[in-house]
Amino acid sequence: MREIDVKLITEKVRSLCIEANTDLGEDVLEAFDRAIQQEESPLGVEILKELKENARIAREEKVAICQDTGFAVVFVEWGQDVHLIGGGLKEAVDEGVRRGYREGYLRKSICHPFTRANTGDNTPAILHTEIVPGDRVKITVAPKGGGSENMSRVVMLTPSDGVEGMKRYVVQRVKESGSNPCPPTIVGVGIGGTFEMAALLAKKSLLRPLGTKNPDSDLNRLEMEILEEINRLGIGPQGLGGRTTSLAVHILMMPCHIASFPLAVNIQCHAQRHKEVVI
Amino acid sequence: MAEPIRLKTPLTDNDVEGLNMGDRVLINGIIYTGRDAAHKRLYDLLNEGKELPFDIRGQIIYYVGPTPAKPGQVFGSAGPTTSYRMDAYAPALIEKGLKGMIGKGMRSDAVKEAMKKGKAIYFAATGGAGALLAKKVKKAEVVAYEDLGPEAIRRLEVEDLPVIVINDVRGNDLYIEGEKRYRKG
Repeated sequence: MREIDVKLITEKVRSLCIEANTDLGEDVLEAFDRAIQQEESPLGVEILKELKENARIAREEKVAICQDTGFAVVFVEWGQDVHLIGGGLKEAVDEGVRRGYREGYLRKSICHPFTRANTGDNTPAILHTEIVPGDRVKITVAPKGGGSENMSRVVMLTPSDGVEGMKRYVVQRVKESGSNPCPPTIVGVGIGGTFEMAALLAKKSLLRPLGTKNPDSDLNRLEMEILEEINRLGIGPQGLGGRTTSLAVHILMMPCHIASFPLAVNIQCHAQRHKEVVI
Repeated sequence: MAEPIRLKTPLTDNDVEGLNMGDRVLINGIIYTGRDAAHKRLYDLLNEGKELPFDIRGQIIYYVGPTPAKPGQVFGSAGPTTSYRMDAYAPALIEKGLKGMIGKGMRSDAVKEAMKKGKAIYFAATGGAGALLAKKVKKAEVVAYEDLGPEAIRRLEVEDLPVIVINDVRGNDLYIEGEKRYRKG
């Protein structure tokens, strides 16, 4: 059985936290370029150019793209033939977050819900683990900002609401969010499963690179239809009016209970940050 | 597009009345930072009839919680946070003479009303452009609530900080008008 030391996990998480927060993905930059071509609002074009320039500065100077360096959401796919030695996974991940946020000069944004006292080191991380076949470990760090997370919702629709009800809810959520979540956004949609699974699906859908198609052709068509409707709303970059309210809609779906129709909408700001590594 | 307007702080009633929804503005001079936790403390002080930790008359508060500055950096990444969370506290500060707020996202009717009455302006900076906006800060020091970390109140000296007028003193709102202009169907 392959062995991995917890120290390696900590080191990888540390680096991924810094990388994700300072180096915006090429897929997002390309999406900005496409939006600049299509945007009708002159002010909207200015904003999109500013976002590109901001990403360039962050990458070159290795500083945070956005001051909200987020909750550290960590996805671990653990190969079942790998044995972790030297400590626990949760502790190793938290230590990686602690070091990454300290050494990367990232903001510590996690606090007690009532007293609002800051934990001081951006821990705990949100850790999602999945046991998979094989002897590899894949770690993804996806820092999530508070502004766009606040605009996200889970709703238990009724089966009679159907596809149209689902579309209406998603578009309405984006409309009501307006300028708050830093448009242009990426809209993560989780459909089916249970209450908590719908939310997790929505979050996971955001990890798909921008500009790639949903492998399910029906869902791909739905994504296009919803995106078109969203971009007719007129909210535009930063909510100042324009065509580019969202860069993409991503859907993940699974079966649900015969009584239910769970739907989650996880709004992601334009600083769509995630980095991964396979050990 | 029209050239941006250069503004020097502190702001006067005249400065504020001359601004219109959609104007691009470059702010120069001293501004203060403050977000959720600091606003709650300022508000509590006012309710207790106590003095605020800085003279708020004519000033601008920037809703921001920066990242820590790296060695060699004046200020860390510093884009705006969403403003509606400060809506409960803003009218009381405007009444005390606050002239401007910088954030992102729509304000409540109560804040818009307070802005008209107290002659104050709401500006938006580009959300998420933290690395770019940091470069406009030339000096920074904590003036209150150091224990709040990123949420402490800081006095910033800024040079050409780029913002856009969202709400002017005549009750116009760029978020509402902008969306209307580009909505289809």
